[in-house]
Amino acid sequence: MSLIKFTKDHEWIRVEGEVGTVGITNHAQHALGDIVFVELPEIGREVVQGGEAAVVESVKAASEVYAPVDGEVIAVNQALIEEPARVNTDPQGDGWFFRLTIADPAQLEALMDETAYQSHLEDLA
Amino acid sequence: MSETPDTLVEPALARTPLDALHRELGARLVPFAGYDMPVQYPTGILKEHLHTRSQAGLFDVSHMGQLRLCGRAADAAAAAAALETLVPGDLLGLAPGRMRYTLLLNDGGGILDDLMVTNAGDHLFVVVNAACKHADLAHLQERLGDRVAIEVLADRALLALQGPAAAAVLARFVPAAAAMPFMSYAEARLRGIPVLLTRSGYTGEDGYEISVADDRAETVARLLLAEPEVAPIGLGARDSLRLEAGLCLYGHDIDRTTTPVEAGLSWTLGRRRRSEGGFPGFATIRDHLDHGPTRRRVGLRPDGRAPAREGTGIVDGGGRPLGHVTSGGFGPTVGGPIAMGYVASAGATPDTPVTLVVRGKPLPARVVTLPFVRQNYYRG
Repeated sequence: MSLIKFTKDHEWIRVEGEVGTVGITNHAQHALGDIVFVELPEIGREVVQGGEAAVVESVKAASEVYAPVDGEVIAVNQALIEEPARVNTDPQGDGWFFRLTIADPAQLEALMDETAYQSHLEDLA
Repeated sequence: MSETPDTLVEPALARTPLDALHRELGARLVPFAGYDMPVQYPTGILKEHLHTRSQAGLFDVSHMGQLRLCGRAADAAAAAAALETLVPGDLLGLAPGRMRYTLLLNDGGGILDDLMVTNAGDHLFVVVNAACKHADLAHLQERLGDRVAIEVLADRALLALQGPAAAAVLARFVPAAAAMPFMSYAEARLRGIPVLLTRSGYTGEDGYEISVADDRAETVARLLLAEPEVAPIGLGARDSLRLEAGLCLYGHDIDRTTTPVEAGLSWTLGRRRRSEGGFPGFATIRDHLDHGPTRRRVGLRPDGRAPAREGTGIVDGGGRPLGHVTSGGFGPTVGGPIAMGYVASAGATPDTPVTLVVRGKPLPARVVTLPFVRQNYYRG
């Protein structure tokens, strides 16, 4: 059984055991508009919670994607290099960015669940 | 994820006469030059861009400044002679009903604004950039106020209809529009509504700009949008369209620190004006023409897919600085990243390999000839 958590900066992390899959939310892809480029971290890179882990660029601008938790990158979604628009069409599925090993599961506690994230979005609106 | 600039809030924004229509169409509005402007509609920038290149797009550019310059004569010659003291274009040679792209210059030959000047018969009709319009007006009043009556057409909207279908669409309302030459002007009626038409634009496509009274602008916009080829297009696609067409954006690709020669705009320097002078910065510009400037605006084509945005450093193979990117992003028609910037003249030759420093990493690129896409202006 998997658990999905959200950051206030609109990343999601799906947790399966010690591994987390990270991407940006539907809200984020909609706000960015057409995505034309994604820069992914190198496998083996140690990322820290709230630190830059990837870059996503729309026609208009570049934005950083932050790591939701500390961990080591163990896989990246190579399909995004050729087809960055997958982030628009399936942000929480095919449009995932990278997978990491979760260094400190306690950090997940500070993230939002789906309900809390939805109310965070309502607060922003 | 980091916030994009358009989510920042700025106070007290002006609204164009089409504001209600933009909201009804679901536009995303952002602050631009003091106005709440549509950056995109629900269709999105990529599709809006491609639609303009394949059919026709309608843009609200009412934030731009529209001016009327009248001299003390029955024709536009007195106003043209006066304005020639501030710009390097040949305005006295502009026949009635014709328009020209020119530049307001400072005494060092730097560019204060770029503008369109039309000989409207008994006056000059001038369109200037939104962000510059107050400064331009003050400059014109100070330098020309004793000779020329300067009227701000504050109660007029400006629409742009651009794309290969623009002429066919507009001809349904104004049959004579189809035969208007590129860079010409006509007064017309569109379903009875008086409009000022110019065959011009900022996309590299055939098209028109339509000046219309504020209170009739929404009617004209709705009539055009009801045509099957026409879609509303926001400022996002306007920017990617002009970048592909190699057109300068004031405040980015040209400004007070760039001269027309450096900017690759020597073609705007009238032949008579190049020899006679009589405009600000003539000595500097003459020197740049005679001896070449030390830097030039060029097109840049990064290898791979990563866009190089404004401010990106350009270096040579040895890592020595050559200049900076002044506009950069993704070209939807090109299907990849494109940019413009200034490089030392020695490195400005097409096909010169350069390196762009994007987020601290070297990105190979090469200098290319502008524009990135063929310009499809009407040639009769």
